[in-house]
Amino acid sequence: MSYPASYRYTKEHEWISADGTAGTVGITDYAQSSLGDIVFVELPKVGDAVEAGKIFGSVESVKAVSDLYSPVSGTVTAVNEELKDKPEKINEDANATWMLKLDLKDAGELDALLSAEDYEKFVSEETGH
Amino acid sequence: MAEATTELRKTALNTIHRAHKAKMVDFGGWDMPVEYQGLVAEHMAVRTGVGLFDVSHMGDIQFRGPGSLAAVQRLCMNDAAKLQVGQAHYSAMLYPDGTFVDDVVVHKLSENDYLIVINAGTREKDVQWVRKTVGHMPAVHVSDYSDMYTQLAIQGPRAVETLQKLTDTDLSGIKGYWFTWGKVAGLYNVMIARTGYTGEDGFEIYIPSDEQTSARVWGEVLAAGAEFGILPCGLGARNTLRLESAMALYGHEISETINVYEAGLGRYAKLEKGVDFVGREALAAIEAAGGPKRKLVGLEMIERGIGRDGYPVCAVSGERIGQITSGSPAPFLKKNIALAYVPVQYAGLDEVVAVEIRGQLVKAKVVPTPFYRRPKKAA
Repeated sequence: MSYPASYRYTKEHEWISADGTAGTVGITDYAQSSLGDIVFVELPKVGDAVEAGKIFGSVESVKAVSDLYSPVSGTVTAVNEELKDKPEKINEDANATWMLKLDLKDAGELDALLSAEDYEKFVSEETGH
Repeated sequence: MAEATTELRKTALNTIHRAHKAKMVDFGGWDMPVEYQGLVAEHMAVRTGVGLFDVSHMGDIQFRGPGSLAAVQRLCMNDAAKLQVGQAHYSAMLYPDGTFVDDVVVHKLSENDYLIVINAGTREKDVQWVRKTVGHMPAVHVSDYSDMYTQLAIQGPRAVETLQKLTDTDLSGIKGYWFTWGKVAGLYNVMIARTGYTGEDGFEIYIPSDEQTSARVWGEVLAAGAEFGILPCGLGARNTLRLESAMALYGHEISETINVYEAGLGRYAKLEKGVDFVGREALAAIEAAGGPKRKLVGLEMIERGIGRDGYPVCAVSGERIGQITSGSPAPFLKKNIALAYVPVQYAGLDEVVAVEIRGQLVKAKVVPTPFYRRPKKAA
């Protein structure tokens, strides 16, 4: 499992990488691995508002459904349309496969998220290894 | 506050599964592998090559003695008198109201000796039910041998070639739902049954349940199947395989609140077999009343969405009419499929219904089952 140090993480297993108020969101390597073969992703539309800690979509593997939680508040500026036909991209490289691009409402919200190190610790505590 | 946790049961291959880095889940009180490297790859291995499953959590009840046939006939709805030695069939134990205690596979081991294979999650209930129902009958001895066997399922179009490397028994001579005993991986007298729960050709073998033997045979089967791309397969693939084949799973398509006719399993209920099996009277009454009011149907999603276990099924108007019992993406068919109970007026082929997926109505249509049927082998 790898968790880029430049990203910030949620306890619901999303990552965000931000440059000023431009954010990019995906799910973590741990999330894709525990879901297994991903077959379906449901995402909001460009222009939709998302809110920190609230559900913005869902991701489904063959065996399970998982809600997606927004790391921060903002407006959707782009949606990764490729995932409609190739959701397995997330399994192949979760860190490089983005879902949404956001215009952040308040870049200060990033400070409330986990660092890569803290996220890794959180995952190992949650899974017990 | 920690809840009182009961220790999960483990099969003899538990350490092997963990060594394969399987994801483990609690399945009916058992610590079982749900997938190893990936459910889809495992599913495809079984459809196109061969896969190996640890199904040791299944239970085994043996009936012995001159009264064994009478006991099996009283307990199970199919007609075991029709079985020959070395033959097996699908059957079920019913409650008096025609609903399911469990579905089983009955094997006739010898003239006075039957083995029924039962589900893992219902083991204790089944054994109690058997003892209560036929324990008083004469000349039959009931034994719970559930923990005596490691049961391996070798499934897929290359299963014969794989297992043939480990035995002198001519496997091509064993017909579907027949079994024999032979030497497998150096072990004598191993029961080899041409049965399974994947909709594919394959075998289930019953070997001693000590860890060392179980691990050795597991490894030998994997080595024998290596050239065919064999994969160890978890319960995740087992579930999607049986769903594509529309085979019932206890607690989903069949349960103590669903009767035989609703489940579409009437062809296995032999009301005229001459033995008043438990549930017979209720089934006769249901038939006399014009059949069941609801039926199990196959659904295929026609709009984007995946119907899953427990999701409501609605008329297109939005009125709730039933429920999905098992639903999933189908890895081989590459469609989103489900089994669901709906009132009979909605059960006709091509009927369009809607599945309620997180508050949204997503259209599906009734399709024939099984969703998948394995291709006939060219002669």
